[in-house]
Amino acid sequence: MMNLSPETLQKIEQVIPHYPVKRSAVLPLLHFVQEERGFISDEAIEWIAAKLEIQPVNVYELVTFYPMLRRKPIGRRHIRVCRTLSCALMGGYRTCAEFQRQFNTGLGGISPDGEVTVEFVECLASCGTAPVVMIDDELHEKVDAARARALAQEIRAAARPEGAR
Amino acid sequence: MPAPEQHRLVFRQIDEPGYSNDLACYLRNGGYEVLRKAVRRRPEELVDEVKKSGLRGRGGAGFPCGVKWSLLDRKSGKPVYLIVNADESEPGTFKDRYIIYRDPHQLIEGIMITCFANKVEQTFIYIRGEFPDGAKILERAIAEARAANFVGPSILGTGYGCEIYVHRGAGAYICGEETGLIESLEGKRPYPRIKPPYFPAVLGLYQCPTIVNNVETICHVKHIADMGGEAFSKIGTPNNTGTRILCVSGHVQRPGYYEFDVGKLTMGQLLNEVCGGPLPGRKFKAVIPGGTSAKVLKFGERYKGRRKVGAEMVEYDWGVEDIPMDFDSLAMVGSMGGSGGVIVMDDSVSMVEALGNINAFYSHESCGQCTPCREGSLWMKRITARMVHGDARPEDGALLKSVADQIAGRTICAFGEACAWPTQSFVGKFGDEFKAYSQEKGGPRPDAAPELV
Ligand SMILES: Cc1cc2nc3c(=O)[nH]c(=O)nc-3n(C[C@H](O)[C@H](O)[C@H](O)COP(=O)(O)O)c2cc1C
Ligand code: SF4
Ligand code: FES
Repeated sequence: MMNLSPETLQKIEQVIPHYPVKRSAVLPLLHFVQEERGFISDEAIEWIAAKLEIQPVNVYELVTFYPMLRRKPIGRRHIRVCRTLSCALMGGYRTCAEFQRQFNTGLGGISPDGEVTVEFVECLASCGTAPVVMIDDELHEKVDAARARALAQEIRAAARPEGAR
Repeated sequence: MPAPEQHRLVFRQIDEPGYSNDLACYLRNGGYEVLRKAVRRRPEELVDEVKKSGLRGRGGAGFPCGVKWSLLDRKSGKPVYLIVNADESEPGTFKDRYIIYRDPHQLIEGIMITCFANKVEQTFIYIRGEFPDGAKILERAIAEARAANFVGPSILGTGYGCEIYVHRGAGAYICGEETGLIESLEGKRPYPRIKPPYFPAVLGLYQCPTIVNNVETICHVKHIADMGGEAFSKIGTPNNTGTRILCVSGHVQRPGYYEFDVGKLTMGQLLNEVCGGPLPGRKFKAVIPGGTSAKVLKFGERYKGRRKVGAEMVEYDWGVEDIPMDFDSLAMVGSMGGSGGVIVMDDSVSMVEALGNINAFYSHESCGQCTPCREGSLWMKRITARMVHGDARPEDGALLKSVADQIAGRTICAFGEACAWPTQSFVGKFGDEFKAYSQEKGGPRPDAAPELV
């Protein structure tokens, strides 16, 4: 059984009646579950399907379609670098390479220290302040390689317990 | 000729010092006064104002808004839905972001006027998943507006009621296409529907008549209700009325968002004066005028023909710099105004690599329903990626074009055109660069030329 937090369960109960047809709530439910659990498990798919009275495959087909939904955990922090034209023209690939170097990691996986997942994503609709990066839910603008190093530093600093090196 | 002044209608407040996105601030600045007046009028009058205004959709296709509204199927007796398209997924476009983050109540006021005019009782704002804070800001603003009776069961005591809910997408470009969006909102994969019969105005959300409008379009509705359709139609140029937000990105000194009377400003004025010209030591090479789906324009090429000015037909002979930034002029030169996203490339850019970047986008975003689009976008990506990272052949340009030529017109939705046009226009206009790429790519790179694929 899914043991979702009372807050998540409350959000779920609130959102379902927004729609005249229950199935419409599947994307919001997937978001809520992923926000709490970090990814969408088999169990979550079954649970959401039952909750909305649809087939598990109707949930699964969304998880496999939408880029933001994932089947596996990611690092503690999520670094999404925009790959699309305006950002690339301003050095987005360099920014991404710098994040990868900082955390000694490839694209998509979890860095060896478990801290981050670095990903390329498509246009984040902030092309005028390129290159842009989202760290978790927060947008960072004009992130050149130097700024990427500084942000990596902040992430590492925040990860260490008080007083530790 | 010097560039005209910006005319900020939708973006009037967003950069004012101290302007915040809460209801109190909006009310201090005259917020919801237009709605108060609107609900005392007959809904049909408001629709007429929008028709008279000549407002064309700001989401991409430039379809006249009033005409769209009058196509709603009223005979069915089914409820009518409004969907606000806040997916903002066309690369190069970032205007809706600022409306949502900094002035959400302007959007809500526009929504409520649109709903009242069209007797809509339920609105969904479909916002891209990459705007998590934007969704929260909208939800808070809607709650504030509901508490103040601007949204909810009886708006301003009129007995007319309408709810707004926010629905978040999850990172798929195709959800910006209106019928893909509707499928997504119904909880399905966002596979676009075939038109006919699935015109949203007749068979939209839950098979009910549905209006889909872009965020900026809906904001203009508020200003139309305020000043009247007649007055709005006098802003801008005939058939290209009102103001429009242009989003400029890429290789200019001052990228950003600018709002101008439609058609009163040329591309040259926009890029050279408003945006400060090219970066030091560089020259403009190419510009995409309306989001990556629009055909590229090449600096140095000429566009000739005859066009209507007032009642007369006059000859025109334009360079890129001379093109007025309106829907019709950009269509005349073979491109489009699209979503208003202007992407600038200077002489440090390899057009093969830029196309490689664009092709990677479309191949990632094709929904996969139609074979020409799914396979074609993938092959175009593979060919350009091979040219850049493997061996390039002189005939690759022709090969790319032959793939692109087999997509457009053979697909369910306009993504087919959107993914074919970049390849067709890049290869068509920069064919020599594609031919020579195999020899040139090992050679010296312009300073600081960044990797694009
Ligand atoms: C592939 C594709 C992507 C689109 N993406 C968007 C988008 O992100 N935002 C938007 O408002 N319209 C987008 N559109 C246009 C919509 O289908 C629709 O025409 C528009 O939302 C209508 O609103 P308007 O008349 O106010 O412009 C897209 C169209 C296509 C074919
Ligand atoms: S044209 Fe492409 S995006 Fe549109 S329905 Fe067909 S496969 Fe999907
Ligand atoms: S291209 Fe990076 S935000 Fe649009």
